[in-house]
Amino acid sequence: MTAGIVEPTPNPPNAVSSPGPVIRDRPPAPSRLSAAARVFEHRAYQYRRIFGGSLFTSFVSPALFLMAMGLGLGGLVNAESPDAFGGVTYLQFLAPGLLAGSAMQVATFEATFPVMIGLVWGRIFHAMHATPIGPEAVAFGTLGWIAFRLTLIASVFTLVSALFGAVTSPLAILGIPAAVLTGLAFSGLIGAFMATQRTPDKFSAIFRWIITPLFLFSGTFFPVSSLPPAIQPIAWLSPLWHGVELTRGAALGTLLNHPLMALAHLTVLVALLFLGAALFVRNVRRKLAP
Amino acid sequence: MSIDLASPPLIRARGLTKRFGAFTAVDAVDFDVAPGEAFGFLGPNGAGKTSTMRMIGCTSPATGGTLSVLGMDPATQGPEIRSRLGVVPQQDTLDEELTVRENLVIYGRYFGLSRAECGRRADELLDFAQLSERRDSRVEPLSGGMKRRLTIARSLINEPDMMLLDEPTTGLDPQARHLLWDRLYRLKQRGVTLVLTTHYMDEAEQLCDRLVVMDKAKIVAEGSPRKLIEQYSTREVTELRFPVGIQETLDGQLDGLAERIEHLPDRLLLYTDDGEAVAVAVHDRGLRPETVLVRRSTLEDVFLRLTGRSLVD
Repeated sequence: MTAGIVEPTPNPPNAVSSPGPVIRDRPPAPSRLSAAARVFEHRAYQYRRIFGGSLFTSFVSPALFLMAMGLGLGGLVNAESPDAFGGVTYLQFLAPGLLAGSAMQVATFEATFPVMIGLVWGRIFHAMHATPIGPEAVAFGTLGWIAFRLTLIASVFTLVSALFGAVTSPLAILGIPAAVLTGLAFSGLIGAFMATQRTPDKFSAIFRWIITPLFLFSGTFFPVSSLPPAIQPIAWLSPLWHGVELTRGAALGTLLNHPLMALAHLTVLVALLFLGAALFVRNVRRKLAP
Repeated sequence: MSIDLASPPLIRARGLTKRFGAFTAVDAVDFDVAPGEAFGFLGPNGAGKTSTMRMIGCTSPATGGTLSVLGMDPATQGPEIRSRLGVVPQQDTLDEELTVRENLVIYGRYFGLSRAECGRRADELLDFAQLSERRDSRVEPLSGGMKRRLTIARSLINEPDMMLLDEPTTGLDPQARHLLWDRLYRLKQRGVTLVLTTHYMDEAEQLCDRLVVMDKAKIVAEGSPRKLIEQYSTREVTELRFPVGIQETLDGQLDGLAERIEHLPDRLLLYTDDGEAVAVAVHDRGLRPETVLVRRSTLEDVFLRLTGRSLVD
């Protein structure tokens, strides 16, 4: 055969039949769970390169915050009004608030840039969908990865808090899943929103108008009860407030004193996670399979 | 490798339609692709080629008509079909944070292959794509041609029965294009079915056994490149380029010289079976074009004839 144009000619009837497509032994298309696990694995490959630095940051960042605000600012606060935080030091009050607040920030960040890279910039999610991987697996693999990251960060944070003496109860271990859940309650919704965007323009608006105010006014740094009474109910709308109530209850060992309240906080966060995940899947599907 | 017209087609489309709201991207097209064939969609940007490819690739549901790919239904068996396709998208979708080899390995994992098998195939494919020396460098700094070769290598990790290539060489320099064509030609010789879109007529002529010409969401012609040229054009074309302002004053003076004359903004195309004779006749009539070029008809001429427009705007 020479290069160039070849006319298709039907095989003569008695010719040795040419091989059709070779049917190869192929692994079965992965199930949804294992498909999501592949997406998770992809993220792990990317993360491998920055793992050391990232782990270091997750130690240093809470240490700096707890030192400056918990010990520095806390020293003043404790001297001024020793009973302001219900019999615990400011450091002990602050640490679980920061834990939930950091989880929210990391979870939001992880649901913005990686989603833009996946759908718009590097179109990596599109590459995944050209394989047996479906949009659900892309979305759930991404959320699964965020959950993993949050677990790492919350564990390190809790360890650092303990080293600072900010942990007073063994229940503090429950603060880790509570922080992960708090973060995920944001990831699904933020990811769903970013999946509708073509540019990162709204990205800084999310941080400026949603994440930062929530971080400041959700009982993270001071009790919601010290806000003017008219504003207090607004704080209850904050998903972060529900998260902080859980992490703080865990760290101070008071979580089970009000089991119904704890259950209510949990329910709000789980509901947001389910809503966010459903919207995230829907919006990713719209982008990947228009 | 020969084309197997006896077996059922790998793709069969009848009345295949894709609408986005009120806009019709693909309007009731019919086509078949046989095993082992290199089949092309030729047409300008916006003709509906990519939408058609995405329906074949099971990443965009059809709005109307029927489509079967590898004997399966994309609406219900998308993952099974995709597990046997090799897709080269129009825009690169490589993970620039990973290395060249990692891109292949992680992609193989999506098909359910073991890590060891992914690694083995990745090394083979790096060889095939002439990227072995760059295996551990990150993707981001690679040239456009290297990225395309890596994308093609990646699409082969599952040993596909059929490759879907959407504008495989758009944006590459001529040398990179020829290297890529050579790789695709090798695949074709191994019996891999190639389905590609292009708006380059030379690419279609180089690679395609058979193609359809698409324009404005419809298929306007179908056949081998040679057959299309025979059917819609003459053997040769004489191109005349006159000094600025002269072309408009020529009316009537070229009558009867050729079977058909196309007036492009910058030159005249005279369609004939004997280009040299026409060139001499032009000279005999006392006309003095600045340049005269006699060439074979191409698919560009076919497209011009069918649509009245050029392929590349």
